[in-house]
Amino acid sequence: MEIIHVDDVQQMIDKLKNQDVYVHLEMTTGAYAAHYDSSKHPAANFITNAVIRYAHGSISGNGPYRVGLKMEKGWIYAEGLTHYEQNDKERLIMAGHDTQGKLVVALQLSREPF
Amino acid sequence: MTQNILVVLPHPDDEAFGLSGTLAKYVSEGAKVTYACLTLGEMGRNMGVPPFANRVTLPTIRKAELEASCRAIGIQDLRMLGFHDKTIEFEDQDKLDGVIHSLLEEIKPSLVVTFYPGYSVHPDHDATGAAVVRTIQRLPKDRRPTVYGIAFSNNCEEELGKPDVLVDVKSFLEQKMQSIQAHKSQFQAAELLGPKKLQQQEIVRRFGTERFWTYSFED
Repeated sequence: MEIIHVDDVQQMIDKLKNQDVYVHLEMTTGAYAAHYDSSKHPAANFITNAVIRYAHGSISGNGPYRVGLKMEKGWIYAEGLTHYEQNDKERLIMAGHDTQGKLVVALQLSREPF
Repeated sequence: MTQNILVVLPHPDDEAFGLSGTLAKYVSEGAKVTYACLTLGEMGRNMGVPPFANRVTLPTIRKAELEASCRAIGIQDLRMLGFHDKTIEFEDQDKLDGVIHSLLEEIKPSLVVTFYPGYSVHPDHDATGAAVVRTIQRLPKDRRPTVYGIAFSNNCEEELGKPDVLVDVKSFLEQKMQSIQAHKSQFQAAELLGPKKLQQQEIVRRFGTERFWTYSFED
């Protein structure tokens, strides 16, 4: 993955708007958070291959970045995004990695299921 | 008679730190090892440094890493069972137990190695161990293989006591380090090989002994 280029991501967000797309949205502290540090509260969630449609979306911030997608009746939001897959021209694959390189957050959009 | 060993773990790399030396040792003594790996670790957080994997490519990359690790250890039979990472505790228990039961019937192992349920930190680990012992518990007493559990929760020694099986794997550290390093996306090889390269005696101290708790079945 590469460090996010805002213009590339914005282009892909625009390319995938106003159509049914599959979303993967995820956030995690890792399953071992409390094992290594009992003060940590392990939490995670993911939703894979839900079908959504947004009419408007954008990327914001100076890095790590935020993305908001406005749907007819709600929003999709992710904060902390750092990397994307530059070579993938059909899908938008984004993730946020912490200083150790571990994934903390992910947002992916595709016309085909993941 | 050749000893058949069945290893049941949920993630590629679960075999590397706690078990690879023991398996390499048993293989060198003539054992035939079947490793049933339930998932491809699709939800792993490590993508390599810098990240060369992503959520989409991770399963394919981890599959290749798992195969390389098995080659390093000498495991003859790798089964990838196609369950999804993080979901083992939510799977249909009959389906999960059925798959494990079929493996037991086919392989007829004298030893099964899995995670000790309740003491293995990750929900997939505990659920995998629970499925294995639940399935073996149903077998007639005289047909139950020995089960070694891997445990590493902070309270495991307090509650289970000291591990009753200690395997000296000092002669198999080469295979073990190769197994660990095969999982390139998951373990930062720099920690093992980089500027802070571990001294041989430190490797022996940290990795030279593997520990298991024999599971006690109810009658």
